[in-house]
Amino acid sequence: MTATSMGSAPQKISLSRVLGPIHVWALGVGIVLVGEFDGWNFAADKGGALAALIVLWFCGLLYSAVAMIDSEVTSTIAAAGGQYAQAKHIVGPLMAFNVALYMVFAYTMLEVSDAILFGDAIVQKSGGDAGINHNSFVAASIIILAFLNYRGVLANLNFNFAITAIAFLSIVILFFSVMPWSQGTVLKLNELVTPDNALPYGWIGVIASFHWGIWYFLGIEGTTQAAEEVRSPARALPLGTMAGMVTLLIAATMTWYVCASLLPWQLLGSTYFPLWDAGRATQSPLLENMMFVTTLLAALASANGCINDAARAWFSLGRDRYLPSWFSAVHPKYRTPYRSIIFLTPIALAFAFVADLNQAITFSILSGVLQYTFMSINIMMFRKKWPLGSIQRGYTHPLHPIPAVMLFALCMVTFFAIFLGYGVQLTAMVVFYIVVSVWFHFYRYQYVRRGAQFTMPWPKPKGY
Amino acid sequence: MWVNLTYLCWAICVVLGGWMLFDWYKIDTSYSEETLTSSREGEIEAASEKHKI
Repeated sequence: MTATSMGSAPQKISLSRVLGPIHVWALGVGIVLVGEFDGWNFAADKGGALAALIVLWFCGLLYSAVAMIDSEVTSTIAAAGGQYAQAKHIVGPLMAFNVALYMVFAYTMLEVSDAILFGDAIVQKSGGDAGINHNSFVAASIIILAFLNYRGVLANLNFNFAITAIAFLSIVILFFSVMPWSQGTVLKLNELVTPDNALPYGWIGVIASFHWGIWYFLGIEGTTQAAEEVRSPARALPLGTMAGMVTLLIAATMTWYVCASLLPWQLLGSTYFPLWDAGRATQSPLLENMMFVTTLLAALASANGCINDAARAWFSLGRDRYLPSWFSAVHPKYRTPYRSIIFLTPIALAFAFVADLNQAITFSILSGVLQYTFMSINIMMFRKKWPLGSIQRGYTHPLHPIPAVMLFALCMVTFFAIFLGYGVQLTAMVVFYIVVSVWFHFYRYQYVRRGAQFTMPWPKPKGY
Repeated sequence: MWVNLTYLCWAICVVLGGWMLFDWYKIDTSYSEETLTSSREGEIEAASEKHKI
């Protein structure tokens, strides 16, 4: 090109500001909605069908707090990297490095889970007689979505909006098709969830269910990764995120009601396709096939959003030299972080070929909960260092500090729940983050652009 | 049919994966590293949002 070879000042290449609130919605809901098609139902295995409903309510509270807190901070710090950029400005570089890794792990493992789900659904549809395995479908889903991400964010999130909307509508259609106003006609909630089996393991089962209850909403915070590419961050991010949260609360409630009314809790807690199985239980081939197709679409939408978000978090680390700056390249034509997209693709493929679905989901959940714990602390520090009125906020969340305290408390409960089922993985992951933190502090930080990394034109924080 | 579908998936992987690698090579050899990594956090805001809200 051109600009440099001609001897003039090098041309600046940045991400494009082309997105609106519907793309933010498509990114957030697209990542999360797969949780209704697979994952949340394992909460029933831990504590029964009623436990799955109770954790839906509490996780709904947790994620409402996440969405509110995120909207306030991100509408003020509108940069790719989302919570990474927040942590960098509010807490400090070491926290930022960890938060970025939480995000990359959470999204990459979620992408892996989505791809496995996509492949397994097709293999199950084939009936198993063809002797095929899921590897080709897993690989194709990851490569096709990486390609879409590579080619540009606008077309990619338009595609995500379409398939996410179809998947959401299928839940609504299923809900109204089984006549929810007339229990006993198709739905049999009072027969399947009785006082004897509602909480088969008591209240400890409810606590244990938090592990999978997170899956109802995991990833809505990913909307912040679009901050640098939306035309109006102060408007689009809170609007898209809040609308997304409302959509997910509706979808999760409908999903629980239909599935718990059609499937015995033992089956509900063990199937990988609760909504598809619910469609099958209606004995309508149309509903069954619709839920199969939308299970695939939900998995694709989620993996697509995850590739988008993981690549932007990785890109942001490169841009501040927390990782080699090579990763911070932007494609001059498509305006995407193309090297980060390409770098993370084989990693996702490798995990998808060797990982078990439950393990992949658990690693994603663990990284997500670590991130939410950070967010509860982050908002307290943000309000303390820059009180209301000291800087301009695009959105101010109400009832502070109640959402932050609630979020922290629910994160602690979720850590305990994960420890009950996956204590080894929890410990291994914490050790991993400690080791990479030591590496960052003693080795990598010498390469960081220390002054240039803080880009917000804010006054000095209160007390400094 | 299902076996053919798996072949189709592998073929798509080869074509799209190969295209991305080719484009990556083409871009990296056509543009300077300085240009490709010129994005800076906050610069878009500075350029496009100099208005009073």
